[in-house]
Amino acid sequence: MLQGIAHKFGANVDTDAIIPARYLNMIEPEELAKHCMEDISLGFAGKVKQGDIIVATTNFGCGSSREHAPLAIKASGVSCVIAQSFARIFFRNAINIGLPLLECGEMVKEIEDGDILEVDLAEGMISNVTKGRSFKVAAYPEFMREIVASGGLIKHTKKKLAC
Amino acid sequence: MTLAESILAAHSGREEVHPGEFVDVSVDLVLSNDVTAPLAIQEFEKLGVPRVFDTGKVVMVPDHFCPNKDIRSAEQAKLMREFVRKQGIGYFEVGRMGIEHVLLPEQGFVLPEQVVVGADSHTCTYGALGAFATGMGSTDIAVAMATGKIWMKIPETIKFVYRGQLPEWVGGKDLILYTIGQIGVDGALYSAMEFEGEAISELTMDGRFTMANMAIEAGAKAGIFSVDEKTLEYVREHASQNKGVHGVLQKGHERQISGNARYADVIEYDVSVMEPQVALPHLPSNVKPISQIGDVKLDQVVIGSCTNGRHEDLKIAAGIFKGRQVHPDLRCIIIPGSQQVYLRALREGFIETFIEAGAVVSTPTCGPCLGGHMGVLAAGERCLSTTNRNFVGRMGSTTAEIYLAGPAVATASAIEGRIASPEVFV
Repeated sequence: MLQGIAHKFGANVDTDAIIPARYLNMIEPEELAKHCMEDISLGFAGKVKQGDIIVATTNFGCGSSREHAPLAIKASGVSCVIAQSFARIFFRNAINIGLPLLECGEMVKEIEDGDILEVDLAEGMISNVTKGRSFKVAAYPEFMREIVASGGLIKHTKKKLAC
Repeated sequence: MTLAESILAAHSGREEVHPGEFVDVSVDLVLSNDVTAPLAIQEFEKLGVPRVFDTGKVVMVPDHFCPNKDIRSAEQAKLMREFVRKQGIGYFEVGRMGIEHVLLPEQGFVLPEQVVVGADSHTCTYGALGAFATGMGSTDIAVAMATGKIWMKIPETIKFVYRGQLPEWVGGKDLILYTIGQIGVDGALYSAMEFEGEAISELTMDGRFTMANMAIEAGAKAGIFSVDEKTLEYVREHASQNKGVHGVLQKGHERQISGNARYADVIEYDVSVMEPQVALPHLPSNVKPISQIGDVKLDQVVIGSCTNGRHEDLKIAAGIFKGRQVHPDLRCIIIPGSQQVYLRALREGFIETFIEAGAVVSTPTCGPCLGGHMGVLAAGERCLSTTNRNFVGRMGSTTAEIYLAGPAVATASAIEGRIASPEVFV
């Protein structure tokens, strides 16, 4: 069970906003995490706590294919991202590196900045503890569940290569 | 099947595929650059596979922060260079390189009906050649480098039909900006865009590269064109050394779209009344025709990038600049997309025109497009650029403003010092 405070963002949060290109001369997740979201939410890296949850509306992670974006989010302590929809390259990247994403349609509108959320990934349940509401999200397709269960694409591929 | 479906079926050993299905796809080319390769190399090494799957099908290009802009970028480029030497894979050193999506088609690496994956979101550019090309992250690319295969979900296809004749000063950039303005930055999310119609047949290959390049700005997985005589001519000229070229030329432009192709949507536009388009800050979908832009004073104009750094773009710019001057209050930075584009522009006199006009001409690099180097913006500055993204902070300061347009509007604006239509100079 994941638990944390919701950090609410709007639509079309692009990967330049998640990790500006001026930091792409580094690949260390801890270094990237220090600058996570800094161009749209200055001080985010300082205030986010282990387990916290990013909540956004549509097309989260649009733009560049930089995997540095989900790496920065994950290393900042964020336990998962909930959004109405995700951009496709970001979606793949997050699954591949083991950052859980939950696509939950219009329900994100009921979540406000600062709400305390609980997420049961296995059941696909999101509970808004502050508001006393909970809702279920669609499970990943079988194919993606296997990647997640293996611990990311590299471990999944290693397993396949060993067969 | 649609173009995307027929290419993906052929690369996954299936007779037919349907949107939503997951397939393992064999890839013809795997690409990364100095920003994404270091992570891909790190992940590749975790796999414990000693060699890439095929040294002729893996290529790395130092274009984003190269020539090295600082010590950290230099270290990343060095790491990539060492991997390239150890593996014996394709590589273009500074001095021979170009912006990856200008360079690779020009060097004959991409052919129609291929599947190309790249650790760069603008990999979709190669759809102009009738290939299925899509951007991914570094981990996906590491797996593709090791195995030659990658998982994909078959996308829905949306068909875009452009009717009518292209008016003067309206090109590929205007068509794609207009389209993104209509459907939004997630209007083609997870889908393949297929481009058709009289205006598309009329469009040059360089114009088609520009359109396919920005499919990602509508959230698309790919943006694909049918193969026609122009595609085959391009392939003959640029890919004569590519082993697969004979098959492509023999096949000609036999249509890959089968009669029962099913589209998620078919959208038609009449281009005959279209004006040059401009995307206002801070989204590529915030598009207006040039006549509705009003008075916008500029500090910088950039002409270049994987979107508009090709020969035709520089030719349009040189045509307008000839005998005119860059406005004294503005910097104009022109970046040919490859050494070959640069050399041809030099031989045809464009470079002399640019320098006489008071513009800067740079070696090929992605540079300012992503706020890397060679034209980063200060607080409050306004830039009109032929690049592809105008997100907050994309080219430097978070309070800078970026406007996107094609090379004709960019050049006219550089001369006027404010956003201007090229019609002023007719």
